[in-house]
Amino acid sequence: MKVALFVTCLVDQLCPNVGMATVEVLERAGCTVTFDERQTCCGQPAFNTGYRTEAREFATRFIEIFESTDAEAIVIPSGSCTAMVKHFHEMFEGEPEWKERADRIAAKTYELSSFLINVLGVVNIGATSDGKATCHDACHGLRDLNIHDEPRLLLNNVEGLEFVEMENADVCCGFGGTFSVKYPEISAGILDNKIEMIENSGADTVVACDASCLMQIAGRLSRIGSKVKTKHIAEILASQE
Amino acid sequence: MSTTHATAETFDRNAREALADPVLHGALRNLADSFVIRRRNAISSVDDWEGLRERARSIKDATLLHLDEYLERFTENAAKAGATIHWARDGKEACEIVLGLVGAKNAGMVVKAKTMAGEEIHLNEALEAAGIEPVETDLGEWIIQLAGETPSHIVVPAIHKTKQQIADLFVEKVGIEKTDNVDVLTQTARKILRKRFAEAQVGISGVNFGVAETGTILILENEGNIRLTTSLTKTHIAVMGIEKVIPKLADLDVFLKLLPRSGTGQRLTTYQSLITGVKNNADDIGPDELHIVMLDNGRSRMLAHPLTRQSLACIRCGACLNACPVYQQIGGHAYGSVYPGPIGAIITPQLFGLSKSKQLPYASSLCGACREVCPVKIDIPALLLHLRSEIAEGIPSGTETPTRKRGESFAFRMYSRMWSRSGTYALSMRAARLMQKFVARDGKIGKIGGMLAVLVPPLGAWTARRDAPIVAAKSFREMWREKKK
Repeated sequence: MKVALFVTCLVDQLCPNVGMATVEVLERAGCTVTFDERQTCCGQPAFNTGYRTEAREFATRFIEIFESTDAEAIVIPSGSCTAMVKHFHEMFEGEPEWKERADRIAAKTYELSSFLINVLGVVNIGATSDGKATCHDACHGLRDLNIHDEPRLLLNNVEGLEFVEMENADVCCGFGGTFSVKYPEISAGILDNKIEMIENSGADTVVACDASCLMQIAGRLSRIGSKVKTKHIAEILASQE
Repeated sequence: MSTTHATAETFDRNAREALADPVLHGALRNLADSFVIRRRNAISSVDDWEGLRERARSIKDATLLHLDEYLERFTENAAKAGATIHWARDGKEACEIVLGLVGAKNAGMVVKAKTMAGEEIHLNEALEAAGIEPVETDLGEWIIQLAGETPSHIVVPAIHKTKQQIADLFVEKVGIEKTDNVDVLTQTARKILRKRFAEAQVGISGVNFGVAETGTILILENEGNIRLTTSLTKTHIAVMGIEKVIPKLADLDVFLKLLPRSGTGQRLTTYQSLITGVKNNADDIGPDELHIVMLDNGRSRMLAHPLTRQSLACIRCGACLNACPVYQQIGGHAYGSVYPGPIGAIITPQLFGLSKSKQLPYASSLCGACREVCPVKIDIPALLLHLRSEIAEGIPSGTETPTRKRGESFAFRMYSRMWSRSGTYALSMRAARLMQKFVARDGKIGKIGGMLAVLVPPLGAWTARRDAPIVAAKSFREMWREKKK
């Protein structure tokens, strides 16, 4: 299947290896991956802070870019950016034509783990790893896209990797985009609870389907000198140690 | 005793103070642990919880769409059963009506059942100003009244207080011996309150549901104080938000399954008082007069827009507070409103004005836990986003136009201009890669203080307790290009 990758700005600039891992995983699953270099950001920071005019710019651009591909699916290694694409139509109140274009694009856009399981039907991607991993549910993936079992299924099928569930895996990490810098103390307070649950799980790696949550979690783990590592699901699935 | 309360306008400061309070933190942790689990267990006893939520929401939606008709039916039927109906456009009018009624009875005191509508219109202050003593009879409300505070939770008003703090308060205010025995504390309250019930001529309550079909009001509780407030007194005044009306008695089947389970994790509250008018025979027990004060106070404004209308579906269960990671951190008082937590963050600005509470819509990570637990499926994150956009874009809402935040709106304009083109996007990231050399150590950015934190506030805010990642030496698009070569 031909898929168009929207890599997200965060992955593109801060953790490009997650992007490369996503390509690797998709190719191993039998997909042909295309990447349109005109892509930038989905506009979520603007939308979530209330700047709909600015967010609309990003939405129209995204739609135009991904309309120009003949790929059957658009795959994003982020639940949060995927959810943003699904919200695009809200920015076109009173513009039925744009709304329809937004809906068409949204209908073929998938978060990576959900795409692997629910579209391709692949649960074992042939990955091998070691150690003990736990999974943090990114909020928008979980509650906007209903992604819960997908990353767990995939992780359970990684050879050599032990999966453990942490308590409150479905509770927010406190990131919340601009919330993390508008209310840094509250954000860090929520994060501390998450860190406690991660440490209590006994896992040496915390996995998520969103680079943004991982940035938040890694930021604190690194600050307190924890041994626990963060990994995007794509990185685990691409690994063949 | 502190009489000045935090307001929504000082949310940022309130939140910081709350975070620095270790006792509050302990109390909130208990709340999160116990109520969230109790709710989860309670909803598992319902076969089709999702279906029940759907039904509740569709009943509320249908009622709100024709609220005028249902209000007419409710008030007509309540009047037929002997209730007197009063209409209050706002809190001031509602207080005046209540004061008039209490004054006509020459009552120097009133017993009060827990009422959020009463809190909303600051009824206690109005009564006190008129020389009438309001006596809260719900244990939690009584405690915070003794302490001179306001409720910090819709359902559990004194949740922010520990057992120890309550014991100390009782020693100071009612003169008991120091104890940490909860039974002794509740028995003390009971003894004092029973006496006040016996004295009272007038009882004031809220309303959980008003049934249009019969004119019945339903009030839920666990302590029996509402039953006493509404049956021992000669005059019962019920303050009811106009959104509380539901069409039929049979609809209670849905709401009575949802509300106690969502709120306190109970299958049913201990008491459900269904009150239809006044007693039929003079010899019966019960008030001679029932007055229902129908309160608008900004509610009809919310009806106008289909998105904001759903705010009125709220049945005040408090589940969204318990589930909210932000509420769990800062508690209710920080919101500076009688309605705290996620639901408070959307209805406080709509009821009392966005300009007086413009921080509240941002006090959320948009995690959606509130929407997930809401028994009437209110899309709280969507409403938070709606309010944020009204602030960001300076869209008039209700009776006012919020002032835009200049610095922030400039930043987002720049972001949109630069990042909606791949050339300037890549350029900006190359610039960031160069600049980070001054602050990055070992592949990350540690705590940034001093001038730099002032010049780039988000960097200072992020790095106070978290390390920041650096822009990678090679972006994905560069790696992709190399791979394709």
